[in-house]
Amino acid sequence: MNILKTLSASASALAMLASAAAAEISDGVVKIGVLTDMSGTYSDLAGEGAAVAAQMAIEEFGGTVAGAPIEIVTADHQNKADIAANKAREWGDTQGVDAFAELVTTSVALGVFEVAKQQNKIALVSGAASSPLTNDACIPTGLHWTYNTRALAVGTGSAVVKEGGDTWYFLTADYAFGEALQGDVAKVVEAEGGQVLGAAKHPFPASDFSSFILQAQASGAKIIGLANAGADTINAIKAANEFGVIASGQKIAGLLVFLTDVHALGLETAQGLQMTVSFYWDLNDETRAWSQKYFEKTGKMPTGVQAGTYSSVLHYLKAIEATGTDDTDTVLAKMREMPVEDMFANGGVLRTDGRMVHDMYLAEVKAPSESSGPWDYLKIVRTIPGEEAFGPLSESTCPTK
Amino acid sequence: MLTDLLGFPPQVLFGQLLLGLINGAFYAVLSLGLAVIFGLLNIVNFAHGALYMLGAFAALAAAKWLGISYWGALIIAPIVVGAFGIVIERLLLRRLAGVDHLYGLLLTFGLALVIEGTFVKLFGSSGMPYSTPASLQGGVNLGFMFLPWYRGWVVVASLAVCLATWLLFERTKIGAYLRAGTENPKLLQAFGVNVPLLTTLAYGYGVALAAFAGVLAAPITQVNPLMGSNLIIVVFAVVVIGGMGSIVGAVVTGLAMGVIEGLTKVFWPEASATVIFVVMAIVLVLRPAGLFGKAS
Repeated sequence: MNILKTLSASASALAMLASAAAAEISDGVVKIGVLTDMSGTYSDLAGEGAAVAAQMAIEEFGGTVAGAPIEIVTADHQNKADIAANKAREWGDTQGVDAFAELVTTSVALGVFEVAKQQNKIALVSGAASSPLTNDACIPTGLHWTYNTRALAVGTGSAVVKEGGDTWYFLTADYAFGEALQGDVAKVVEAEGGQVLGAAKHPFPASDFSSFILQAQASGAKIIGLANAGADTINAIKAANEFGVIASGQKIAGLLVFLTDVHALGLETAQGLQMTVSFYWDLNDETRAWSQKYFEKTGKMPTGVQAGTYSSVLHYLKAIEATGTDDTDTVLAKMREMPVEDMFANGGVLRTDGRMVHDMYLAEVKAPSESSGPWDYLKIVRTIPGEEAFGPLSESTCPTK
Repeated sequence: MLTDLLGFPPQVLFGQLLLGLINGAFYAVLSLGLAVIFGLLNIVNFAHGALYMLGAFAALAAAKWLGISYWGALIIAPIVVGAFGIVIERLLLRRLAGVDHLYGLLLTFGLALVIEGTFVKLFGSSGMPYSTPASLQGGVNLGFMFLPWYRGWVVVASLAVCLATWLLFERTKIGAYLRAGTENPKLLQAFGVNVPLLTTLAYGYGVALAAFAGVLAAPITQVNPLMGSNLIIVVFAVVVIGGMGSIVGAVVTGLAMGVIEGLTKVFWPEASATVIFVVMAIVLVLRPAGLFGKAS
C-alpha cells in the first residue's frame, strides 16, 4: 500500500512538474506594448495617460506575475495604421511583446489586428471605437474593451430621439471610425422613428468647421450629429456656438465626447451636452480612489479610454496569474472564463467575438453653477445595461464568434 | 440658374463664398509672412505654423497672467513672438545664409516639431478656450447666413494688415531697400545699407504676421498646440501657387484658395483637404514660377 501511495504521489508530482514546464512564461518576462497616439489629436484622451493607466495595473501586481517580471513598452503611432502595424510587428517579432494595448484610432486597431492575428497575440483595444472591430473585422485574439460605436448610438442617439430630436444631419470624420459611428447612430435613429436628412464628411483632422456647420443649418435638421472625436468635436461645437446653431433652435449631439473635451471647451460652452461614457471618475468610491491616484501622476482625471486600458491590462495579468502561463490561447480562455471585476467594470463579460460587455452611462454636462470646480463636469442620467449597449452575441457578425 | 443646376440653393452658395473669403483672409496673412521671409532670406520657413500657434498662446498667456485684453494681445503677441523670431534668425538661420534651401527647410521643420512637441507635452492636445471679445460677440443675419461679428472683423483686420504690408513694401524707402535686398543683396550692401539687419527685421516681421494670424484665430478654434501644423501645408501650397516671394501673389492667392476650398466643401467635402494641392499641381505645370512669380 505504501509503495502504491508513494508511486501515485510521485506520479502526480511528475505531472505537476510537466505542467509547470509547459505552463511557463515565454522569455521569462511578460511584456505589454502600449501603442497609442502620443502627440496628435487623440493624445489627451488616450496617449501618455493610457500608458500611465497600464503602468498602474502592473503596479497593482507588484511588477511581477506568475513569478515573472512585467515590462511595459510604449510607442507613438501618430494615428497612422502603417506606423502602428510596423511597430507591432517589430515588437512581436524581435522584442518578445506578448500583448498590444490601447490602440486608439480605428484604422490603427485594424492594422494591428492584422499583425496580432499573424503572430497569435492578444490585442487589447481601448481607444478605437468602431463596432466592426468585433463584427466583420474581428479576429480571435482581438478584445474590444472600453466602448463601441453601437453603444454610443444606443446611449446618446436614442436619448436624443426620445426627446423629440427626430431629424438628423451628420458631420462625419472621413475615415473608418466616422463612418461606423454615423452608421450605428443612423440605425438607432431610424429604428426609433427618426429620419436622417443628410451628412457631410469632413477631412480628419479638420480645423475649420464653419462651412460644414452652414450646410447642417441649411439642411433644416433638428439635430446636428457629430460623428467625430477629440479636437474635431471641440472645434465643431465651437463653430456651432459661433454661428448661432443653438439660438436658431437646432441642437448639437456629440456622439463621442470625452471628459478631456469638456475640460478643453469649458462648461460655459459645453453645458447641457449629452454624452455616452464608459467611465466617469466620480461614479463611486472605487472609481474616485483610483482616479485620485491617476490624477496625482498626471494632473488630469482619466477618460474612459485610459481607465479601460487599465482594466484590460489588469484582466490580462489576472489571467496569466491564474494560469501561470502567457500562452495566448490559455490566457484568452481564462480571460473569457473570469468575470471582469475592477473599478472600471462590475461583472464584465468577455464574449467570443472579442466584445467586453459592461454597463455604460448616459451623462449630461453640468452647468457652471452645478460644478464644484475643475473635473466636476458630468451628472449621470442613466445606466445603460451592457446587453442593451452592446447588443446580444447573436447580433454580432464576427465569423469566428 | 447655375446654382439650381448644381443642385444647391443660392443662399448656401453665398454663405460658402463668404466663409471661403474669411478663411482665405487667414491664408493671406499667413502666406504673406512666408512670402516676405522667402523673398529676403530665401528660407522656406516651415516653423511658420508653430509661430502662428505661439501667437495664439501668447494671447492666452497675456489674458491669463497679465489680464491683457484681446485688443492688447493683437499688438503685444506679434511683438513678443516677432522678437522670438529675431532670436531664431540671429542664432540659427543666419548660419545657413548661402547654403542650399534644403538646410533652412530642415532647420525650420525641426524647430516646428520641437516647439509643437513641447507645447503638447505642457498643455495637452485638446487645447484651451480663448473667448471672443465682448464687443464682437453675436452676429448678424444676412438672410442667406448668420455672420458672426467676429468673422467679419477677421476679414477686415486681415485685409488691413495685408494692405499695410503692401504699402510698406511698395511705397516706403525701407520697402524699396527690402525689395532691392531681394533682387541683389550684395549690391545693396555696397551702397552702405545694412542688409543683415534688414534680413533680421524682415524675418521678425514675417513671424509677427504669423503671430497676428494666431491671435485672430484664437477665439475661433481652440488654442491648441497643433493648430498650426494642420494649416501650414495648405499655406505653403498657397505661396507656391501665388509665386514664391510675391506679396501680391500671396494675398490674392490666399483669398482665392479660401473660396475654392469653401466651394469644394459643399460640392465634394471629402476633397476639400486636397483641392488646393490639385490647383497647385496644375499651376506648377502651366506656370512653374507661380501665378504672380517672375520666371528666373
